[in-house]
Amino acid sequence: MRLLGMIGAFVILCIGFNIFTDGRFLTPRNLFNLSIQTVSVAIMACGMVFIIVTRHIDLSVGALLATTSAVMAVTQTELLPHILGLGLGNPVTWAITIVVGLLIGALIGAFHGWMVGYLTIPAFIVTLGGFLVWRNVAWYMTSGQTIGPLDSTFLMFGGTNGTLGTSASWLLGLFATAIAIWALWSGRRAKAAHGFPVKPVWAEATMATIIAVAILGYVYIVNSYAIPTRRLQRMFEARGEVMPEGLVVGYGIPISVLILIIVAVSLTVVARKTRFGRYIFATGGNPDAAELSGINTRLLTVKIFALMGFLCAVSAVVASARLANHSNDIGTLDELRVIAAAVIGGTALSGGIGTIYGAILGALIMQALQSGMAMVGVDAPFQNIVVGSVLVLAVYIDIVYRKRLGAK
Amino acid sequence: MQAQDTQKTPSNTGRGSGAPPLVEMREISISFGGIKAVDHVSVDLYPGEVVGLLGHNGAGKSTLIKVLSGAYQMDHGEILIDGKPVEITNPRDARTNNIETIYQTLALADNLDATSNLFLGREMTTPMGLVNDAAMEAECRKIMAQLNPNFQKFNDPVSALSGGQRQSVAIARAVYFNARILIMDEPTAALGPHETQMVADLIHQLKAQGIGIFLIDHDVHAVMDLCDRASVMKNGKLVGTVDIEDVTDDDLLSMIILGKQPGQKAE
Ligand SMILES: Nc1ncnc2c1ncn2[C@@H]1O[C@H](COP(=O)(O)OP(=O)(O)OP(=O)(O)O)[C@@H](O)[C@H]1O
Ligand SMILES: [Mg+2]
Repeated sequence: MRLLGMIGAFVILCIGFNIFTDGRFLTPRNLFNLSIQTVSVAIMACGMVFIIVTRHIDLSVGALLATTSAVMAVTQTELLPHILGLGLGNPVTWAITIVVGLLIGALIGAFHGWMVGYLTIPAFIVTLGGFLVWRNVAWYMTSGQTIGPLDSTFLMFGGTNGTLGTSASWLLGLFATAIAIWALWSGRRAKAAHGFPVKPVWAEATMATIIAVAILGYVYIVNSYAIPTRRLQRMFEARGEVMPEGLVVGYGIPISVLILIIVAVSLTVVARKTRFGRYIFATGGNPDAAELSGINTRLLTVKIFALMGFLCAVSAVVASARLANHSNDIGTLDELRVIAAAVIGGTALSGGIGTIYGAILGALIMQALQSGMAMVGVDAPFQNIVVGSVLVLAVYIDIVYRKRLGAK
Repeated sequence: MQAQDTQKTPSNTGRGSGAPPLVEMREISISFGGIKAVDHVSVDLYPGEVVGLLGHNGAGKSTLIKVLSGAYQMDHGEILIDGKPVEITNPRDARTNNIETIYQTLALADNLDATSNLFLGREMTTPMGLVNDAAMEAECRKIMAQLNPNFQKFNDPVSALSGGQRQSVAIARAVYFNARILIMDEPTAALGPHETQMVADLIHQLKAQGIGIFLIDHDVHAVMDLCDRASVMKNGKLVGTVDIEDVTDDDLLSMIILGKQPGQKAE
């Protein structure tokens, strides 16, 4: 139900902006851009859900994104091509770079988690410190300079430079829809097999319809965003072919969005279907009870922060690839956007409650607000004033809604 | 003053058979800051025996049993199980030694449902390593049907349950996993008379299976009914351990209040 409310809010927002921009908001091009702009914050918001669910906070995600981005920029432009002599454009460069980045991200995250879990320093303080430290480590590593251009294969993870193409996107969309419906159905069957009450068929059917419309609708939109003719021409020239006259090719699903989907699906499975996920929620609900049930809550904290660091590095790949270079201010203010996305998405700061899809929807709503206002021509200060107010309002609505339901 | 309860189960415990006790806690001490919450206390427990722990509020009962359940680490002392010294430094160690605990605070994760709480830390998994919610819910329904047949709220978070329902979830969790040693810290505090009677029946049943139970309860009558022996604590010290058959309610009360053994003068 909450999900429906958020989707409703998002749809109203989109339609509203579309009216105010004379139909420029709901164009394939804009929706395509909206999705690739959301990815970086949305990926981190998924990790932030686990952090906030366990009653912690991470203020360092933007800075960590900057550090991992800097590490990867240096790795792919300096370390591998020149110092290790692989040369520019080597086909393994992007892979090694990403592995290094993810590893560093996870290690820094684990270090934060160790300080929070084992040294029992409050996460607010650890990550506030981390915010200053990592932002400036990134600065120091790059001497504050923009590093680029990045490896050409690496750029595929940014959005426009790497999409699946139309047929693959349709296939993937159909496949994903099938999987989602199968998952719903098998969950229902498992309950029915034990004779437990199941949700009414219409509720499940609504759910299935929403999923199918969302997935296939998105595929339809990104497929109808045609690659500009000039660009297409250049792509053909690069392959030494001549572009057929009047050819129209859609972009299809961006690889970065695919990464977000993979992250979201895996973390949803982790949250609902693994012990690790169960312990995260138990610890958030009652840390003492979790400890008394034999859960190693300290190690759990390390793992959660390591996961957060890992996801920051994933976001760093997407963000720096989208910009085609590493800039010194990359990820600035992302910590606030990420926390806001998780909270708008229904993650309770008191712990124990939160969903991955909620956080992604939260990120999407915020990005839609921001770009919509920019398109309407709202001044920059007002944009932030509105986003800030919406954050507070969303949480208030959530509180009222939960009180009505009688839950805490 | 009052006749001994007639339906009391005869003591057929392992005590007196020469076998070592199931649990022996020797000279346990633990202090918080300057306060000696437990001061050189020794208690023991035989298979099939119920030992009551009595004492005023803050006497140190919960602290003592938390040492056994691994929630606290003792400063001094020794724990023996079946006569062999064991290290219990965390709740996992206690579980490995088949010690299960119903905490006074219940220790439930309020945001999770009854099933998740029942299996917390010991989830059933599918061959793929994912948690098997349906199978766990089936088990949970089975045990709750025995403990609290009226219980229906299987898909609500336990924060939506009444105090008594929460208590039955905590009891189910301690009983489900084949404990040998059961610690119950005021298990009936939130229960109505009918549910209290069910817990009493359960204790008789578990006792008959040879499980040893430490029972903390402020109700002297309940202790007289259910326990074979009682250990009384006052201000962190052990006042004494008595056979229930040898004492009256008043004897126990004066041990709790005055801190003296029956027949002994107050210090
Ligand atoms: N975690 C703690 N930190 C500091 N002091 C504690 C802690 N736990 C218990 N104490 C103190 O230790 C003493 C014994 O407390 P304990 O909880 O064992 O009492 P109790 O006998 O269980 O009382 P009740 O009947 O009220 O449950 C009290 O003085 C209490 O204030
Ligand atoms: Mg107590």
